[in-house]
Amino acid sequence: MIRILGRYSVLFILTLLVLAGMSFALAYMFPGDVLSNLTGITPQNQIQRNVLAEQHKLDAGYLVQFSNYLWQLLSGNWGYSFVSGLPLRKEIGLALPATIELAAYAMLVALLVGVPVGCYAGLRSYTKTDYLINSASMVGYSFPVFWLALVFILIFSLELNIAPLSGRNSLLFNIPDQTGFILIDILLAPDVDRWLAFTDALHHLMLPTLALSVISTASLIRITRRSIIDVLNRPYIAAARSRGLSRRQIFLRHILRNALLPILPLMAIQITSLITNAIIVETLFSWPGIGNWLIQAIYQRDYPALRVGMLAVASLVILLTILIDLFNRLIDPSRDKYERVTI
Amino acid sequence: MSQFSLYDEEYHPSPWQRTWREFKASHVAFVGLIVLGVFAFFAIFAPVVAPYDPLQQNIDALLIPPSWELNGTISHLFGTDALGRDVFSRIVYGCRVTFGTSLMLVILAMVLGVSVGTLAGMTSGVRSSIINHLLDALMAIPTLLIAIIIVAILGTGLVNSMWAITLALTPQFIHYTRSFVRSEMKKEYILASRLDGANSWQLFRHSILPNMIEMLVVQGSLALSIAVIDVSALGFLNLGAQPPLPELGAILADGLDVAYLAPWNAALPGLSIFLMVLAINIVGDGLRSALRKRVSH
Repeated sequence: MIRILGRYSVLFILTLLVLAGMSFALAYMFPGDVLSNLTGITPQNQIQRNVLAEQHKLDAGYLVQFSNYLWQLLSGNWGYSFVSGLPLRKEIGLALPATIELAAYAMLVALLVGVPVGCYAGLRSYTKTDYLINSASMVGYSFPVFWLALVFILIFSLELNIAPLSGRNSLLFNIPDQTGFILIDILLAPDVDRWLAFTDALHHLMLPTLALSVISTASLIRITRRSIIDVLNRPYIAAARSRGLSRRQIFLRHILRNALLPILPLMAIQITSLITNAIIVETLFSWPGIGNWLIQAIYQRDYPALRVGMLAVASLVILLTILIDLFNRLIDPSRDKYERVTI
Repeated sequence: MSQFSLYDEEYHPSPWQRTWREFKASHVAFVGLIVLGVFAFFAIFAPVVAPYDPLQQNIDALLIPPSWELNGTISHLFGTDALGRDVFSRIVYGCRVTFGTSLMLVILAMVLGVSVGTLAGMTSGVRSSIINHLLDALMAIPTLLIAIIIVAILGTGLVNSMWAITLALTPQFIHYTRSFVRSEMKKEYILASRLDGANSWQLFRHSILPNMIEMLVVQGSLALSIAVIDVSALGFLNLGAQPPLPELGAILADGLDVAYLAPWNAALPGLSIFLMVLAINIVGDGLRSALRKRVSH
């Protein structure tokens, strides 16, 4: 147990080091001045330039520079944005929770819908219902997310007019940013009609979450179905049946538990595609998350923002992936390798 | 339960023939293959199929609706866009750009992934284990993030976005090849070849590769659908193919400007991306279940 924890933390730290190294190298690889890519400040005169270069140890060797860069990252000095001039740490601190919130709700919807439907299809495998569910999930899985989001906007916002087009909350509500998660912020906010603000925020959340969750749900259905079918063919199910257990008992004790195990590592892969989709969906719905922020940064060639934003998103994804993997390893010791499932 | 009696049959179908037989038995998969074939036909023979030059502008024919609508004409099957360019020709050429580049970069990623994966699978020890874990972790970085970084370094353009997507697709091929080679190296037929004096290259060429091709085809079909979506997503976000180039995502982004006035300009390119991905997924799925059935029989 402790050995596994140790191995995973070493792996995590190593990966973070590699990522930080890549982010440091980006300052040199991006076009323009290394110093301004690193700090986000364009020095006005030679004196300021010398001070900044001294602070970032630009005259020393690459290794010293890198360790200094690591130290700066750890002490929270992430540089400034070219465009807004604000500290990047603050900007990311506001944008990242918005994305996490959106992705978490989408994942929740996918889990709540995908797993039961997948179980149902798996238990009724190779019947008409199964084929129906299977083809529906195939269709959902093939949607390009940007087109799906556009279709949703066209239907729900423009034609039916039941969902707002963009943003997180109506401007009528003055919600101060405290945690960055809009629903929690509303609960914490003073003198606001909480109920109205809450329903309004849910209205805003509806379309982006739906667009994101369609794809995740579809692939989760396929995974669950496959996994249930695989488990059904195992000899221990036949043994349980011959012992005379009821269908309910077999399903709850033997099928469900064994079938859900391989789904966990898949969720780790899902996170990657979920974040990729979230970046696109955020730009379409003007959701103030990290994806939208990164896309704006690339349009405006805001190199310091890209350098730190890449590090933040990649660290988040890798942290989640490793945590899920670790959890999977702890509850299922028989699986000693990082296995991947097929859809 | 064998499908055929080994002694009565005049000839023994090869594994590929048996896979093909299983594949054909599923009608949905076969229809998917036909649709994919149509897209491939468009991609290869775009200049023959397309009635107009995709870049040719025509001021006399702006925003003509598709031919099935009341105001549409048959001379522009899918209507025209805000610059009077024929939408059908643009989509046909768009299939060429999107599908062609996706296919190319999947093959490139496959070649890269298989060579690195085989090397990693044949060596062992602490070094390979560290590389494995790092690779698995780095595989978790979202494609779009890699693409954004590459675009920031090299600038926008179809070729740069292709590099980005290749870079993002390669790790999964490395991963699958490595675990496949590793499990295969433990089997006895490899040991037999080894005792016959085969060197590593001969082992790979004559023993491992023929067994690996099926896995590669299935993984390739998965990667192809991801590649099509990524190429068009980057085009849509204006980070990949740049506007005059007919790329399905870029056409969709173009059409978005007039989507309220001329919805077909946004609907049809999106629909063709969707159909293309759906066809690829159906064929991939059919192939997978055909292989599964062949192995289980």
